[in-house]
Amino acid sequence: MYRYNEFDRDFLAERNRQFRAQVERRIDGSLTEEEFKPLRLMNGLYLQLHAYMLRVAIPYGTLNSAQMRQLAYLAERWDKGYGHFTTRQNIQYNWPRLSDVPDMLDALAEVGLHAIQTSGNTIRNVTADHFAGAAADEVADPRPVAELIRQWSTDHPEFQFMPRKFKFAITGAPNDRAVTAAHDIGLRIVERGGEIGYTVLVGGGLGRTPMIGKVLAEFIPAEDLLPYLEATVAVWNAIGRRDNKFKARIKILVHEVGLDALRAEVEEEFTLRKPLYAGGRDVALLEEIAGHFAPPEFETTPTETYDAAYASDPVFRSWADTNLAPHRADGYAIVTVSLKKQGDTPGDATADQMRVMADLAERYAHDELRISHEQNVILPHVHKRHLPAIHAALKAAGLATANIGLVSDIIACPGMDYCALATARSIPVAQQIATRFDELKLEHEIGPLKIKISGCINACGHHHVGHIGILGLDRAGVENYQITLGGDGTEDAVIGTRTGPGFAYDEIVGAVETILKTYLSLREDPSETFLQTCRRLGIAPFKAALYPEAKTRAA
Amino acid sequence: MPRDFTPKVVTANHLLDGDVIYQTADDRWSRHHAEAELITDEAHATIRLLDAERQVDTVVGAYLADARPGTHGPEPVHFREVFRTRGPSNYAHGKQVEL
Ligand code: HEM
Ligand code: SF4
Repeated sequence: MYRYNEFDRDFLAERNRQFRAQVERRIDGSLTEEEFKPLRLMNGLYLQLHAYMLRVAIPYGTLNSAQMRQLAYLAERWDKGYGHFTTRQNIQYNWPRLSDVPDMLDALAEVGLHAIQTSGNTIRNVTADHFAGAAADEVADPRPVAELIRQWSTDHPEFQFMPRKFKFAITGAPNDRAVTAAHDIGLRIVERGGEIGYTVLVGGGLGRTPMIGKVLAEFIPAEDLLPYLEATVAVWNAIGRRDNKFKARIKILVHEVGLDALRAEVEEEFTLRKPLYAGGRDVALLEEIAGHFAPPEFETTPTETYDAAYASDPVFRSWADTNLAPHRADGYAIVTVSLKKQGDTPGDATADQMRVMADLAERYAHDELRISHEQNVILPHVHKRHLPAIHAALKAAGLATANIGLVSDIIACPGMDYCALATARSIPVAQQIATRFDELKLEHEIGPLKIKISGCINACGHHHVGHIGILGLDRAGVENYQITLGGDGTEDAVIGTRTGPGFAYDEIVGAVETILKTYLSLREDPSETFLQTCRRLGIAPFKAALYPEAKTRAA
Repeated sequence: MPRDFTPKVVTANHLLDGDVIYQTADDRWSRHHAEAELITDEAHATIRLLDAERQVDTVVGAYLADARPGTHGPEPVHFREVFRTRGPSNYAHGKQVEL
């Protein structure tokens, strides 16, 4: 795993010292909120509806057991005993007191973690596939390139005052689990004739103007990657719009200038910048970084304990069928620990649960944990012989829910239960949908399904790319929920289509039930997923079921 | 014609713990909505908001929120303000258990 060096540690300690002094000056009144707000946001501290919120970064979603235990300690010592894992691969604490935050940051620094939000109109933390380095379908581990981009972009003098923020995501596998098509630049590692290269997507993003990224370049070889990315960001930085913050992201430039014209500009810029990279230092650095992400030594031992439990224990089998993913090494599996027990808050874990996961990682899983953007925790490298013991420990901690990728594995942003920007609640909608389908015992019958819920148009819950997307709005002083269908955040990314008028808070669960019962009645056979049915038939039959009165009026 | 002024309370978050607070008629900050000063005059509302904004060492983000008279004192109108009097709906945390 990548370790922070001396320089990073000193930098963190200095930042924490500064922030402690700033907090003191805020509390004694010598700093106003206007002066303090940008300082606290730079350190991950937000003010929400009921309290402060501290957001801690988890780069590439990768943690070791000591770091996870420290997150548990923070939850217990300074919060209400739990933390919330988010779609940005970070953890949020919802109840810190202002005066405690400097101590929390110092405690994080002890394990190399921080809350520096890299805010502002800069290049943000690079996100990567949460199965990176473990997935069977992977061409190459995307994290070294993510780290290379982080180092190249951090304090890059040309890119500190851009039209707007800029986000990268990268996947090393053809099955895109990093939602690369919804980022300013998405990178996909590909192999061509034995050579590793990168497909570059540009102009994706959700929020108020959702757009799917388009292919700017099919194949950029490793030695051209940084100059090519630099050229792309530079072109946008020079001609992107600065007059209107809602039109400033690169997706708008792609839309207004056109992909081909943008590509021509980028290529021209690239030929100018390429000579500056002639020494090959970036390629050497990438190789050095890759050393930090070297895979653990995989063991080759029999998997009998797993095979026996799988054959004899139906609860274990059901969990194994939904929560395990294929690992690149023989005899290994990737375990997804569900933080989506039906009725609980999606993405929340108690301090005790965090410790259980940390212990399991240390004991059985090469000391590695990941946080997925789908708000679950992953043990990326587990030899199958340990799975029965892991399952038993998870079960005892309320963490063995067998629902990954199913109707109750819902992404929900904090919504109006916490977020000051929200226009409606999202967490209780997720809780009620999950509970409802658990009661109906339809979860496994329905099969693969991604429901994603946001509490306002900022789209933190990725609702546009949910198979069923739910957007909570304020319509004349009451909560109202719009539904989109057929969205997809993978390599075939699509923005969902709106069904029509929204539903009230007490109607939305029923509406989802109507959609899914319609699907069950229309699918060709149980192997046809909800998304496939949606693609085959379009949204018309779902609309008809959702709005029967519209049909009778038209008739 | 300008729209009629609807009654308001001055609300904010407390600097130290971020909890929701309301300005009272006798210039305190209460954690209870019902103790807020219900302001029915627009000019007075502007003055009271300025009073609140000056207290930089106590309050953050003061604003005027719609309210109406109730049996025990002012009540919130909008659902966002109702949630702010209670706390989150997914846990028994915040005002709903602390007050
Ligand atoms: C509760 C405090 C939060 C605040 C104030 C907040 C605010 C925002 C805002 C203003 C944006 C839009 C930025 C833009 O498009 O320029 C945004 C985007 C985003 N937020 Fe949050 N957010 C919060 C919590 C979360 C949480 C908990 C998650 C994860 C579950 C999250 C994930 C995201 C993502 C993924 C985007 C990007 C959407 C896109 O692609 O455009 N946010 N957030
Ligand atoms: S989508 Fe809106 S409500 Fe949800 S967390 Fe983001 S800003 Fe808050």
